[in-house]
Amino acid sequence: MDGVNQPLLIKKGAEAYLFLAEWHGKKVVLKRRLPKRYRVPTLDEQIRTYRTIHEAQLMHEAKKAGVPTPTIYFVDMRDSTIIMEFIEGKQLKQLLGEISAENRQHLCRKVGELIGKLHKYGIVHGDLTTSNMIQARDGKIFFVDFGLGEKTRELEAKGVDLHLMKRALQSTHFKFAEECFKSVIEGYSRVLDGETVKNVLDKIGEIERRGRYIAERRNEM
Amino acid sequence: MKSQKVGEGYCLGIESTADDFSVGIATFKGEILANIIDAYIPPEGGIHPREAARHHAEVADKVIEEAFKTAGIKPKDLTVVAFSQGPGLGPCLRTGATVARTLASYLRVPLVGVNHCVAHIEIGKLKTGAVDPVTLYVSGGNTIVAAFDAGRYRVFGETLDIALGNCLDVFAREAGLRQKAGEPFGAVVEKLAKSGKRLVPLPYTVKGMDMSFSGLLTAAIKALREGGYKLEDLCYSLQETAFSMVVEVTERALAHTEKREVLLTGGVAANKRLQEMVRAIAEEHNAKFCTVPSEYAIDNGAMIAWTGVLAFTHGAITPIEESFVRLRWRLEEVEVPWMG
Repeated sequence: MDGVNQPLLIKKGAEAYLFLAEWHGKKVVLKRRLPKRYRVPTLDEQIRTYRTIHEAQLMHEAKKAGVPTPTIYFVDMRDSTIIMEFIEGKQLKQLLGEISAENRQHLCRKVGELIGKLHKYGIVHGDLTTSNMIQARDGKIFFVDFGLGEKTRELEAKGVDLHLMKRALQSTHFKFAEECFKSVIEGYSRVLDGETVKNVLDKIGEIERRGRYIAERRNEM
Repeated sequence: MKSQKVGEGYCLGIESTADDFSVGIATFKGEILANIIDAYIPPEGGIHPREAARHHAEVADKVIEEAFKTAGIKPKDLTVVAFSQGPGLGPCLRTGATVARTLASYLRVPLVGVNHCVAHIEIGKLKTGAVDPVTLYVSGGNTIVAAFDAGRYRVFGETLDIALGNCLDVFAREAGLRQKAGEPFGAVVEKLAKSGKRLVPLPYTVKGMDMSFSGLLTAAIKALREGGYKLEDLCYSLQETAFSMVVEVTERALAHTEKREVLLTGGVAANKRLQEMVRAIAEEHNAKFCTVPSEYAIDNGAMIAWTGVLAFTHGAITPIEESFVRLRWRLEEVEVPWMG
């Protein structure tokens, strides 16, 4: 690709690879959706193209909702790649274990507010984990990886979104998962009205009772 | 009668969740001595639960007799009777359960209710040698991606509406195709798809880890009615789109769990194109691809008999008064203590 120098593979996902690279003198992240050889080429191309565009659009929409996301510099349809700003900072996954309980509470409330803003705007992220949140040097929290996101106002989707957040906290930050999630909901409640919050919380309970999810079943046993 | 030592015994399993009535006999060591399947083929349209149940009641004694004859054992040799307790169609399940209760009471042996989906996974493992796979179970009634974790088979992804096999069946009927014994609708569609070349754009719906096939079916039928497309191309496009969806979810489960085996089972597992696609992701993730032989991939009594053995030898017994059928019994509700 034009202008890309020294790409360095930083993450291999099931669907896409992430590279750290230099692009016209800027430090960037390349997200490339790779061809899947099990799919026929026509379908494979359609899916990769659609998802690349869709993800870029969602990242842009999230900004409008007031949620910081990396700025998109370029979308290359030929090899379904998004070139975006590299956010200099720390993943929340790391950060949560390093800071005081008070700061943790503050940070989680902020995260809850951002999730609330997304939902209020009609976006669900689809993969809310603490590895997909980065605190930049100026303190702003960026959301990344909108690959599983969608535009929807469905209660179910919001419930699943927050439920995934809860699950991610439980699996990576077991010791303070509960207090963190409580703060997330506090922040979320600042943005959305009481009735919506209540409905979403009820939905989370319902999703957990369906028993599809591992952690909740473990707690029951 | 052979003298019975510890660890020896016979389990008879009855399967009747949908259109098949089947009886299997398994030894406690995991040999399948009989697996007799009697399929109900409706004269037209889909499966009417009551008609299918009537078929099951009519053929039950004949199928049981044949199973004993094939296995070379007598009813009094049985240690336990197992039956498919759910999920499935109410009238069909109830017919099988009634037969099972009668047999167990008459022979004075314990009864074990088995989950149909667990049974598909267990017979698949027994027949392919898989130990701890990611399972893709695709049939006319179910579309599930599952893997074992913390005492149960967990559902990683599933259909939000109709099953993949159902999607193919309904499309085939709408297209005026005919199925016959030994060549179900899926096989008819597969044959036509082989000469399809042009990919007709159809909705591809994967939401997170779940899939939806109803929109795909509606769009395919609409294209069929509008005309202008070759039936071969539509079958090809329907297969390619639907299979890509289940394979994508299976690949994600495989990447997430890092298991070393992929098990493909259910009626749709017989499809060669689907096998090829699942094999491709297995290779990519250095996992072993295991496809279950057709006789044990479709609904069958042997899987109920074998899972009955596993459950019974791990202390599970279903008292008659608790042997009511469970139409919506989910896979992850079942504890599987034999998976250590």
